[in-house]
This record gives sequence, C-alpha cells and structure tokens, in this order.
Amino acid sequence: MTTTLGAYDDVLDRYAPVLGLETHVELGTATKLFCGCSTAFGAPPNTQVCPTCLGLPGSLPVTNEAAIEFTVKIGLALHCEIATWCRFARKNYFYPDMPKDYQVSQYDEPLCTDGYLDVVVGGEAFRVEIERVHLEEDTGKSLHVGGATGRIHGATHSLVDYNRAGIPLVEIVTRPVQGTGHKAAEVARAYVTELRDVLRDLGVSDVRMEQGSLRCDVNLSLMPAGATQLGTRTETKNVNSLRSVERAVRHEVERQGARLDAGERVVQETRHFHEDSGTTSPGRSKEEAQDYRYFPEPDLVPLAPARELVEGLRATLPEPPSVRRAAFAEVNGFTAIDLEQMVNAGVLDLVGETIAAGASPTKSKGWWLGYLVGRANELDVEVSELAITVAQVARISELEDSGELTNKLARQVADAVIAGEGDVDAVIESHGWKVAGEDELIVAVDAALAAQPDIAAKIRDGNQGAVGPIVGAVMKATGGAADATRARELILERAS
Amino acid sequence: MSDSELDAMAGQLDVILSAVGRVQQVAAADIPPTSHAVPLTNVFRPDTAAAGLSAEEALAAAPAAEQDRFRVPRILDDE
Ligand SMILES: [Zn+2]
Repeated sequence: MTTTLGAYDDVLDRYAPVLGLETHVELGTATKLFCGCSTAFGAPPNTQVCPTCLGLPGSLPVTNEAAIEFTVKIGLALHCEIATWCRFARKNYFYPDMPKDYQVSQYDEPLCTDGYLDVVVGGEAFRVEIERVHLEEDTGKSLHVGGATGRIHGATHSLVDYNRAGIPLVEIVTRPVQGTGHKAAEVARAYVTELRDVLRDLGVSDVRMEQGSLRCDVNLSLMPAGATQLGTRTETKNVNSLRSVERAVRHEVERQGARLDAGERVVQETRHFHEDSGTTSPGRSKEEAQDYRYFPEPDLVPLAPARELVEGLRATLPEPPSVRRAAFAEVNGFTAIDLEQMVNAGVLDLVGETIAAGASPTKSKGWWLGYLVGRANELDVEVSELAITVAQVARISELEDSGELTNKLARQVADAVIAGEGDVDAVIESHGWKVAGEDELIVAVDAALAAQPDIAAKIRDGNQGAVGPIVGAVMKATGGAADATRARELILERAS
Repeated sequence: MSDSELDAMAGQLDVILSAVGRVQQVAAADIPPTSHAVPLTNVFRPDTAAAGLSAEEALAAAPAAEQDRFRVPRILDDE
C-alpha cells in the first residue's frame, strides 16, 4: 500500500462521511439459545457442548425463552417496533465455525425494527437510527495453526472449540448515519458507548468488549461535500474497544480520502482492524458475493411475542442512561459539558465510584478526565483497564486534599501504582514522597531568588507576574514536593 | 436417453405438471407459502442448564482432534 494518509480534518473539509455500525452483543443468559449448555466464559475447550450445538444427527433445537425476552427488551430500549410474528432463518455456509454447516439467524423477519438511539457530541445531539435488531446464534472459535501469528492466511489447519457456538447473539444494525461531519469518529464512539450503557442497564449482557461479548463492525464511506449519492463503503470487522471504534473511523476516513484525492476508487470490501497500529487491511472480498441461501428454519416454530408480554417487559425497562446521568450530574454539581466529556471518555462510572469511595466530585472528575485518561492513551489501553482502582484514586485524592501530597507528587504516586509498584501508602513510603516542610521550602525559595536577582528585583517592585519562574525553580529544587500556594506566599514575603 | 426411458419420463412429467397446476389453483397471491406444517408458535424452554458432553465425548466421533479441539483442514486456499 503506497497511499499517503491525508489528515482526518483535512479530508472531512472536502468529503461528507457516512457511518454505519453493526454491533453484536452476546446475551447474558445462563444457557445457549437452543440448548441447555452453559454460556460461562473461559471454560476449557469443548466442555460446554451437547448434541444440539454440535449439530449431531437427531438433535433438535428448542428456543431459550429468556433470550427472546432479552432481545425484546433491547428493541424496546432502542424505541423499536416489536414483530407480532417472525421466524428464524437458516444461513447456509461452509465454514467449520458452525458444525451444522449453517447458522440459525434471522433474515427478512427480525424481532425488532425501526428504532433509534440519541448521542451527544460537543454539545450537539445526533439521532442514530436503528434499522433492525435480530437474534442469532454465535459461532465457535477457531485457532489457525501453522501460519504467522494465528492468521488464517497461510495456516496449515485449524482447531475449533464449540463452547461459544450457540450462545445467543443479538445484532443491532444502524441505518446510514449522515451529517456528522468532522465528528464522525466521535459519534461512532459515542454511539457504541451509549449502546453499551443501555445494554448494561438492561442487564441483558455483561458487555465486555475485551472478552468479545460486545463486538463492532464499522462501515464507512465518503462522498464529495454537497453530493447526494453515497460513496463506496468498506466494512471494518471486529473492532473490539471503544477507542478502536474511533480510531477505525479516523483511519478509514484518512485512507479513503487519500484514495479519492488520488483519483483512485475505494474498493467495496471487508477490512480487518489492527489494534497495534490503528490501521485496517483488506480482508476477503469474496465474502461480499456469498449467497447464504437463507430459508425459514424448519426445526423451530415461528415466534409471536404476545402484546401483553411486550408491554409487561416495557414496564420493567430501567430509566434510560441519559436520565440516570442527569440525576448524577445534579447531585454532584456537574455541568452538561462535564457530563458529556465524562461519558464520551468512558469514565462516568469510574468518577461515580471514586466519589462513592470518598473523593470529592471535582477531584474525582479531575483525576479521571484531567490525568488518567491521558495516561491510558499514552499506555495504549482503555482507561477502565488502567492498573489503579477507584479506592486508590480516592486515597490519593484524600492525601492531596489534606495537603500531604502536592498535585505533582500525587501524579507520581498514581504513576507508581499504575506501574505496579504497590498500593498508595506503600509507594509513598518506599519513595519517601512527602510535601516539603516550611524550612525546606524557605531554603529553596531563598536559593531560587538568589539565583535570579533580576526577577527578584521585579518582584520587589511589585510585579507579581514575575513570580512564576521562581515557583518553577522551587518546584524543581524540591522534586515537585513544594506546595505551590505556600511557595508563592513565601516568595513574595522573602523577595521584599 | 433411450426412447423407452423418454416415454416413461413423459408420462411422469405429465403427472408432475398436473400436480403443480392443482397447487397453482389454490396458491393465490394472498396465501403465504407454508414454512411449517404444524400451526404452532412460541415453543420455548426455560433458561436452565442441562448437562452436556465432556470434551472427550464431544471429540469421540471427530475425524481428527488436537488440543481438545476439532481439527479441520485449512480454511483458505493459498493466495
Ligand atoms: Zn449445547
């Protein structure tokens, strides 16, 4: 690939992006969709299987009632219509991740249709329209052997574990999302974040992206600004973290923009996302042309969710995340902008838990949004996966409030905890980190003033703006252990 | 095909076409195709676990197994 990448914003000055998101959610039922096998994650291979999910002759599927109810709840929470009658469909394909040689899915009769989910980015509301929500069975997991690093290309053979085969999987498909402009990547991330929170509040899935219980395919196309005809889209498969959703959109915008600028065409294809580089590469374009020969599943009778059942489930829906968040903001004195920033950075729950662990709302927000999100980005991990607990953040915040740590020292403590050096107090103890005492501070202030007599003179003449460099010098001399406010007072006092 | 085979087939084809004709009389545009012969909906089971197979049992009939997994031929041809 020799295409050069145009900068994201530059491309979006000239092209309008069109997004589409397909999200797969593994339901948190105790058993699989059509048999009584456990759905627990992490069991040894092929220990959660039976004749039905292995597709052995003579076995017959029976639908798990909880999976239907969970799917209807998801549809209702996304403001969808719930079908009065629909059928499962057989999707035929020859790939060993399904032992039956077909997957039971839904085709032209999904359980839920025509909904929406609202998200807010940069103070602007976007309505993402949902085309359909349908239920299907998940596939088995394949290990590809003999090729480079587990890739399917070049493998000599594959090994299949069917524990995951038959776990209920809900697919949520949006309509094309237009009008996002430069916010395309953030809207995509905000949508998946919001969807994850809705699903978690419903209690229908553990929505753990790192374990694959929430997986995302990102469709993107560009069209010249002002055009009405949609461009050629690519589908980036299995984008498995919130950060990656945003990065995948950014990358595809830049890649497609560079191609279009060079007069090349965008190839309609599926692409793979690479977590390490944040780039995509072409997958099999054959898939596009595949005919799955869908037909109504003869082994399962149609579904006809009774209206009483649907209304009963509607009555059990929790309040939407937006309402819950507004109440949270009110109680803690956060503004709408604070709230949006915390939601889209994925730290709202962490901030809430840090407050519950004893830190003030302002400090809790400041720690996560102002420091730890940045650290997570530097370390290339999700902020929720940083090796620091909310209790540890609350403890550091408490020591900062009581004056036992300066902000600089507090950040050093946080870094040491994240680096695995130990718990907060142990790290402070082992490094001997403590705020500089009054005597130490006076020595440092006098030395700094003596070293820069010109500045000291300015301060003496009443130029308070000149204090900054001296505060900086004091901070440096004390290794960040000086209380900046007290240092400032001392500088003014000692200079005159 | 021999003439005698063709004669036999012609007769059978006639029977098949007249059967199709009879179906077409009944299958008006407002009658949906039948996918299920029994008029049942909503057959469910509760979400309770049932014992399945052990890995050993599951793999017993597999043509090949490795690391407690089903061993299958390579999926993609070399490109
Ligand atoms: Zn099973």
